[in-house]
Amino acid sequence: MQQVTLDTKRSLLRFLTCGSVDDGKSTLIGRLLYDAQLIFEDQLRGITIESQRKLGDEAALDLSLLVDGLQAEREQGITIDVAYRFFSTAKRRFIVADTPGHEQYTRNMATGASTADLAVLLVDARKGLLVQTHRHSCIASLLGIRHVVLAVNKMDLVGYDEKVFRTIEAQYREFAKQLNFTSITAIPMSALLGDNVFKHSNNMSWYQGLTFMTFLEDVDVGDTKIDGPFRMPVQWVNRPHQDFRGFSGTVVGGSVRVGDSVSIQPTGTTAVVQQIVQFDVSPDVAKKGDAVTIVLDREVDVSRGNVICSVAHPTSNVERFEAHLLWMTELPVQPGRQFLCKLGTVTVPAVITRITSKIDVNTFTQIPTDRLEMNEIGVVVVQLETKVAHDIYDNNRDMGGFILIDRTTNDTLAAGMILRDVVQVQNITWHHMDIDKSARANLKGQKPAVLWLTGLSGSGKSTIANLIERALWSEGKHTYILDGDNIRHGLSSDLGFKAEDRIENIRRVSEVSRLMTDAGMLIIVSLISPYQSERERARRTIGDEFIEVYIDTPLEECERRDPKGLYKRARAGEIRGMTGVDSPYEPPTLPEIHVKTMENTPEKSAMLIVAWLRSNGFLQNH
Amino acid sequence: MDHLSNLEAESIQIFREVAATFERPVMMYSIGKDSSVLLHLARKAFYPSIPPFPLLHIDTSWKFREMIAFRDQIEKSLGIRVLIHRNEEALSQGISVFTHGSAVHTDQLKTVALRQALDKFNFDCAIGGARRDEERSRAKERIMSFRSQHHRWDPKRQRPELWHLYNTRINPGESVRAFPMSNWTELDIWQYIRRENIPVVSLYYAKERPTVERDGQILMVDDDRFPLNPGEKPVMRMVRFRTLGCYPLTAAVESDAATIDDIVQETLSARTSERAGRLIDYDKPGSMEQKKIEGYF
Repeated sequence: MQQVTLDTKRSLLRFLTCGSVDDGKSTLIGRLLYDAQLIFEDQLRGITIESQRKLGDEAALDLSLLVDGLQAEREQGITIDVAYRFFSTAKRRFIVADTPGHEQYTRNMATGASTADLAVLLVDARKGLLVQTHRHSCIASLLGIRHVVLAVNKMDLVGYDEKVFRTIEAQYREFAKQLNFTSITAIPMSALLGDNVFKHSNNMSWYQGLTFMTFLEDVDVGDTKIDGPFRMPVQWVNRPHQDFRGFSGTVVGGSVRVGDSVSIQPTGTTAVVQQIVQFDVSPDVAKKGDAVTIVLDREVDVSRGNVICSVAHPTSNVERFEAHLLWMTELPVQPGRQFLCKLGTVTVPAVITRITSKIDVNTFTQIPTDRLEMNEIGVVVVQLETKVAHDIYDNNRDMGGFILIDRTTNDTLAAGMILRDVVQVQNITWHHMDIDKSARANLKGQKPAVLWLTGLSGSGKSTIANLIERALWSEGKHTYILDGDNIRHGLSSDLGFKAEDRIENIRRVSEVSRLMTDAGMLIIVSLISPYQSERERARRTIGDEFIEVYIDTPLEECERRDPKGLYKRARAGEIRGMTGVDSPYEPPTLPEIHVKTMENTPEKSAMLIVAWLRSNGFLQNH
Repeated sequence: MDHLSNLEAESIQIFREVAATFERPVMMYSIGKDSSVLLHLARKAFYPSIPPFPLLHIDTSWKFREMIAFRDQIEKSLGIRVLIHRNEEALSQGISVFTHGSAVHTDQLKTVALRQALDKFNFDCAIGGARRDEERSRAKERIMSFRSQHHRWDPKRQRPELWHLYNTRINPGESVRAFPMSNWTELDIWQYIRRENIPVVSLYYAKERPTVERDGQILMVDDDRFPLNPGEKPVMRMVRFRTLGCYPLTAAVESDAATIDDIVQETLSARTSERAGRLIDYDKPGSMEQKKIEGYF
C-alpha cells in the first residue's frame, strides 16, 4: 500500500467514469487502484481467487471485479449500478463513481453524475463514439459537469495507432462544441495493460501528455460551487423547549451573519438572524455547506419547505417552470400526468402540463415531441400545486434540481433541472384525485365539454354534430357523439316516446356525458330534448362543461326537409308524440350558442360553434 | 471547508431528512466505533434537542463484555433511550456460532432478530452506520436504501438518488435503511474520533488479552462459553480490534497502538481491509450481498 499523509486539508475530487458498455470503465478503476497500490491485500486475494475461477487461468486477474460488487454484475460481467470507491494519494482525495454503460441503467449513471465535478468518458478505440458516449455526455453537461477526460481505451487492440486516437478526439471535440464543457482532455490508454493509466506507456511515445493519474491529481475543476446569494432550505424545526425555536438546515448558497436581515420564501416575510447554533459553538457566520440551526429575532411562520434567503436576492416562487427532464422509468410520460415533486425540502403535487421537445443525443438538437420514453431527455413545463421557493439550476444546483416521484409506487421516475420560470397564463383548477378530469384532459391536450345540441327533428343537429366532430378531430381532439337516434338503439332501447320516457332518456344521456367529461373528452350530444326543465337538469348533472347549443330551424323548414319522413307520418296520425306536431318544443331562453340554420350553411354553423369553443378557452393547447 | 467537516455536514443533512420525513425512525446502535461516530453526528444534527429517535441494539448475546458495559454507560451518561432486542426464540434453542456455524448464527441472531425488532416496534426507517468503503456490495448501496414489506433489498432496482435529494416516501409496511456515513472511510472515522474526542470501546486500543489462533486468525477468549480445542490454551497477546462484532466472529490484530494517534497512524499504513477481521464475509463469495438481500444491515 502506498503511504498517505495525515493531512485532512487535501482537496477532494469527485469524478465518475461513464461511456458505453464494455468500454472498460470498471477495469480502468481497478487498474488505477492496482497500479497505485491502493488495494488492500485481502481484497486483492479475494478477486484473484474469483478471477481464476471465472477465467480458468492461474495468472488471470480481472480488475473489474474490484468494483463490480453485485453478484449479478460479476456473473454477467457488466455493471448494473453505480459503485463508489474512495482513495487517496499524497496530493488528493478521490471519490469515484463507477457507473454502468448499458442504456437500460442510465438512471444509475445519472445518480453517479449528479454529485461529480469531472466525468471520465471512456471510448473503445475500435468502436469510436457510440450513442451512449453521446448520451452520457449530454447528461453530464446538463447536470452541470464542466470537465471531461476522454479516455480512449483499448489502444492495444488498434496497435497503439495515433491516427485512431486523433480521429476519435477530433470527432468528440466537434460533437462537444454544443455542450457546456469548459475543458476536454483526451488520453490514449489501455486499462487492461495499464498504458498511460498510472505509468507512461512505452507503446505510445507519440503521446506526450499526462497520465490519467497525474491528470486527476493536478486537474483544477475550478470553483464548481458557485457561491451566489444566501439560501438555506429549512429541513427541521428545532424546538427542544418553549424558550428555543430554531430552524435547522444546510446552507446551499452564499453565507449569512448574525444580525443580517433575511427573507423567508415563499411567504416573503422578513426577520433578522439572532443566533447561529452548532453543537458546541455559536458561530457568527454560516457559509455554503455548513449544517446549522438559525434562530430568528421574531416569531414568524417558518416550517420545513421554507427557504431562508437573502433579502436583496430572494428565490423565485412561481408555481410553473420549464425544465430539462431525464425520464428514468419504463412507461413513457405524456402531458397531464401527476406526480409528487421533491425540490429542496419540499414535496408537492405537480403535473407536467407540456412536453415541448426531446434532445437528440447524437446531435444535441431538439426534436418536437409530446412524450418522453425511458432515458430520453426533454424540455417540459411543470406546474406545482403551491408556490415553492426555487432557483434556476445553473445558478444553484440544490435550489434548481428536482425529482418526480410516482404517487402510487413512490418510485423516483425523473430528475429535472429548472431552466426558467413560466408566468401563469391561466389558473388551472386542482383536484386531489390521483388521476382526475383535468389530468385526463391534459393528457389529450384539451378541456372537456358537452355541446348539447337541442332542436326540432330535422333541424340539422346530426349533420352539424358530424361537422363539428370532424373539425375537432382534425385538431387532434378526442371527441364522441351521443346521437339521440343511436342512443335509442342501445342504451335507451327499452324506452318509448312518452313524456316520462323522454325524461329518462335525457337523464341517461346526461349521466353518460358526465362520465365522458370526467374521462376528459369533448362530447357532442344531438338530442331533440324539448323540455327546458330537462335541459336544466342535464346542466346541473354535467356542471360547468354543459354548453347549450340551440339549433334553430323553423318548424315549416323541418317539415319541408323531413329527412326521415316522420312529420308526414305524424300528420297522417301514424305516430304520436311527435315534437312540434302533437308534443311541445320549448326553445332555450338563454343558450350559450344560438345557431340559425336559415342564415347559415351546416358548415358555417359548425364553424361558428368551434369558434365559440376556441374563444372560450376549450381548445387551448396546454 | 475541510474534508471531515464536509463529511460531517453531509451526514447531518441526512439525519435531519430522516427525522423530518419518517414517522418512526430508529438508529441502529452496535456499540462499535462507527456507531460511536453515528451517535455523535446525531447529537450534533439536532442540538439543542436530543435526537428525536431511540437507539436499537440487536444483542446476539455474543458481544464482547466490554462492549455491553460501554453501551450501558453511554445510555446513562447521554440520557438517550437504548432499546435492546434479542431473538429469544433462537437463543432458547441454543443457537450459537460454535454449534451452528457463522451463517446460521448471523441469520438467526442478527438478521432475523433485526427484522423481529423492526416489526415489533413498527419502525419505518432504520439508520445505520455502514460505509461504502467497507465491502463491495455496500459500495453499491444508496444512502436512503429502500426495503420491501419483507425487509428485502433489491440491488437491481434501487431508486435513482440524485444530488442530495432523498426520496423518503414509502407505502405502509415498507421501510428505508438510511446510511448517513456512506461516504466516510475507516481513516475518516479515526481522524474524526480524534478531532471530536469521541469515546470508543477500549477493545479498539491495544492491550494484553487472552487469545487463541485459528486458521491464521487471532480470536479473543472473552468468556467461558468459548470452547477450547483439546490442548488449546489461551495465550496473552498484545492485540486490538479494527472492527467489533460477535467475539467468536471477530478477529483481533497484533498491535501496539494504545492511543488514538497510534491508531490513526496504523490505519494509514494498513495493508488489509478492516473487514478482513470479520469472519462472516467469507462464508461464500457475495455473502454480504446475500445477507443484505435477506434483511441484514
